Amino acid sequence: MTDLAKIPGYAETKEAHGETTVVVARDSIRAACAYARDELGYAFLADIVATDYLDWSGKGVSGYIGTATGRDLNLPMTQGLQALPEAKPARFSLSYHLLALRQGAPRLRLQCWLDDGDTVDSVVPVWPAADWFEREQYDLMGIRFDGHPNLARLLMEDDWEGHPLRKDYPIGGEPVRFSAAE
Amino acid sequence: MSATIQNTGRTRRWPIVGEPPYEGTRIPSRVPTVLDVPPVLRETGDVLQVNFGPNHPSTHGVLRLIVDLDGELVVGLSAVIGYLHTGFEKNMEQKTWWKAITYPERIDYVGYQNNELVFVLAIEKMLQLEVPEKATWMRMLLCELNRIHSHLVYLGTSALELGAISMFWYCFRERETILDLFELVTGQRMHTRYFQAGGLAEDIPTGFYPEARKFVEWMPHALDDYLTLLDRNQIWLERTKGVGLLSADDAIALGQSGPVLRASGVDWDLRRDQTYLAYDQVDFKVPVYTGCDVYDRYRVRMDEMAESVKIVRQCIDRLERMEGQPWITDDRKVVLPPREELHTSMESLIHHFKIVTEGYRVPAGEVYVAIESPRGECGCYVVSDGGPKPWRVHFRAPSLAALQATATCAHNTLIADLIAVVGSLDAVMGDTDR
Repeated sequence: MTDLAKIPGYAETKEAHGETTVVVARDSIRAACAYARDELGYAFLADIVATDYLDWSGKGVSGYIGTATGRDLNLPMTQGLQALPEAKPARFSLSYHLLALRQGAPRLRLQCWLDDGDTVDSVVPVWPAADWFEREQYDLMGIRFDGHPNLARLLMEDDWEGHPLRKDYPIGGEPVRFSAAE
Repeated sequence: MSATIQNTGRTRRWPIVGEPPYEGTRIPSRVPTVLDVPPVLRETGDVLQVNFGPNHPSTHGVLRLIVDLDGELVVGLSAVIGYLHTGFEKNMEQKTWWKAITYPERIDYVGYQNNELVFVLAIEKMLQLEVPEKATWMRMLLCELNRIHSHLVYLGTSALELGAISMFWYCFRERETILDLFELVTGQRMHTRYFQAGGLAEDIPTGFYPEARKFVEWMPHALDDYLTLLDRNQIWLERTKGVGLLSADDAIALGQSGPVLRASGVDWDLRRDQTYLAYDQVDFKVPVYTGCDVYDRYRVRMDEMAESVKIVRQCIDRLERMEGQPWITDDRKVVLPPREELHTSMESLIHHFKIVTEGYRVPAGEVYVAIESPRGECGCYVVSDGGPKPWRVHFRAPSLAALQATATCAHNTLIADLIAVVGSLDAVMGDTDR
C-alpha cells in the first residue's frame, strides 16, 4: 500500500469488491500512469472508461432504497427509507484499468475526476493502446485529452453533434436529416 | 512523445518467451494506429490511395482501411471503424439488470457466450451472489464450446480469404455441431441468454451429455483434418509465415491480448493467471508461440481448440455426477421462483412480479471484471446507483484493441498480406464498434 501512496498526484485509495481504486489529481494522470507502469509493474493498459455522474444525488437516481424525496406514492420505486449514494467530487470519473502481467497480481484502477469542459492529459505517450480508448471516450462522453495526436471521433460520424453516452443526451427524437420539404 | 513510447529493459516485467522478431519498436511514432506515408515517397506521386472496405468481404464485417500503396507495398494505413456502432452501452442503461443480459451477447456475436458470462459475473460480483457448482461447471463448458466455435469461424474465414476454400466448409461443419449443442441446451443456436445472475436459466436437459461426448470424441479428428489440409500446404505456409510481425513489447504496449499476445511469446492467459469459474480445477495448457506472425496466431488457436476440447471433456465428467443438483441460487430477491410455485405460493407470485416488472436492485458501486474470451481480455466495467438499472456499462472490447495493431503489423507488407494480417487479428466488428 505504501507504494500506491507514492503515485504522483495521489489523493486516496478505495477498496471495494476486492478491487483497488487509487484516486489521483486530474493534472498528474500521465505521471501517475507512467509511475504505475515503470515502478509498480502495471505494464498493460486494459481500458479507459469515463462515467457521467450527472445528477447523481438527484431524483432520477435510485439510491439504495429510496430517492432524495423519500417516500412518494406517486413516484414508483421510492418506498422505504432514503439512502442516497454518496456524492461524487465532480461530474465525470475517468478510470484507467491497469494490469500487471504476473500470475495472481491484483489489478489497479487509477481514477481522476473532472467537470464538463475540463481536460486531462493524454496517456498515449505512456501506452500507445490509449489511442483508440481515449478517442472513444472523447467521442461518446466528450472528455478532451490534451496532447492526443489525433483526437477525432471514433465510432460516431465526424459531424455528429453531442456525446451520446452523457446522461443529458436525449434518448429518441433524433433529428430527421432528409425530409420532403428539402 | 518519442522516447517515452519505447519500453526499456527496466520496465519489462512479463513472462516473455523467445527472441523478438525485430529490434526496437515498429509502432508508428506520430499516431500509434496510423501508418504515415514517408514524405519522400509522397512527393514522387506514385502512391495510390485505396479504400479497403468497408464492404470488402475479407474485412470481417465493416472495417474500412485507407491504404496507401506504392506498387503492391503498403506504405500508409489508417483504419476507420464505427460502421456497426449501435449504442449497446447506452441501451443497457435503459434496461433493468436482468433484461440487459441479452445485450452483451450481441456485442461480440461470435464469442457470445463469453460476453454474456462477463456481464453476469459483474452483476454477481456486485450482488455478492454465490453460484451453485453445477452452474459454474456448465458455464465453463459452454464458454469453451463457444471458444472452439469462435476459433472455427476465425480459421474458416481466414483460410477462405487466403484461397483455401474447403477449410471454410470443414470448419463450419463442426461449428454447426456446436450450434446444435447450444440449441439443445438453450433453445437458441446463438445469443442464448442462458446465463442468469445466480446461475443458469434452466436445468441442463437430458440427452445433452451423450451428444456433447460425441462432439468431444469427434473434434480431435476434425482438428487433425484441418492440420492435414493446412499445415503442409505450401501456399498457406508462404502466405502466413513471417507475415504481420508484432513483437511482445509492441503487443503489450498496444494492449493486445489473447491469442495475438500468446503468438508473440507472452505467456499470459487470464483463465490460468487470474482464474475465474473453476479453471483452477481443470487440467489444460496455455499454448505460447514465439513467431509473432500470422502463422503462429493460427497455431495458438489450433492448440487452444484442442485444449478447449480437453476442458469440455473434464466438465462433462464433473457435470454427469451433479445430476439433480441446483443450477441456480435460491436467492428469491434476484432469481425467479420456480414456475410451479406461482400457482400455490403468494410470496413466489410477489417475487416473480417484482423481479419481472421492477427488476432486482444492485448495491451502488463500481466493478471491473475481465475474462479470457476467444479474442483475449474481455472486460466489463459496471457502475450501479443502487437501483434496478445499470448506471453505466462499458465493455473492454478485445477486438478494438486488436485492430489498433493493424498499422504496426502492416509494416512493410504487401496488399495481399494485409488480408492475412487483418484475419489473424480476428476482430469482430460488432465487438469493436459496440
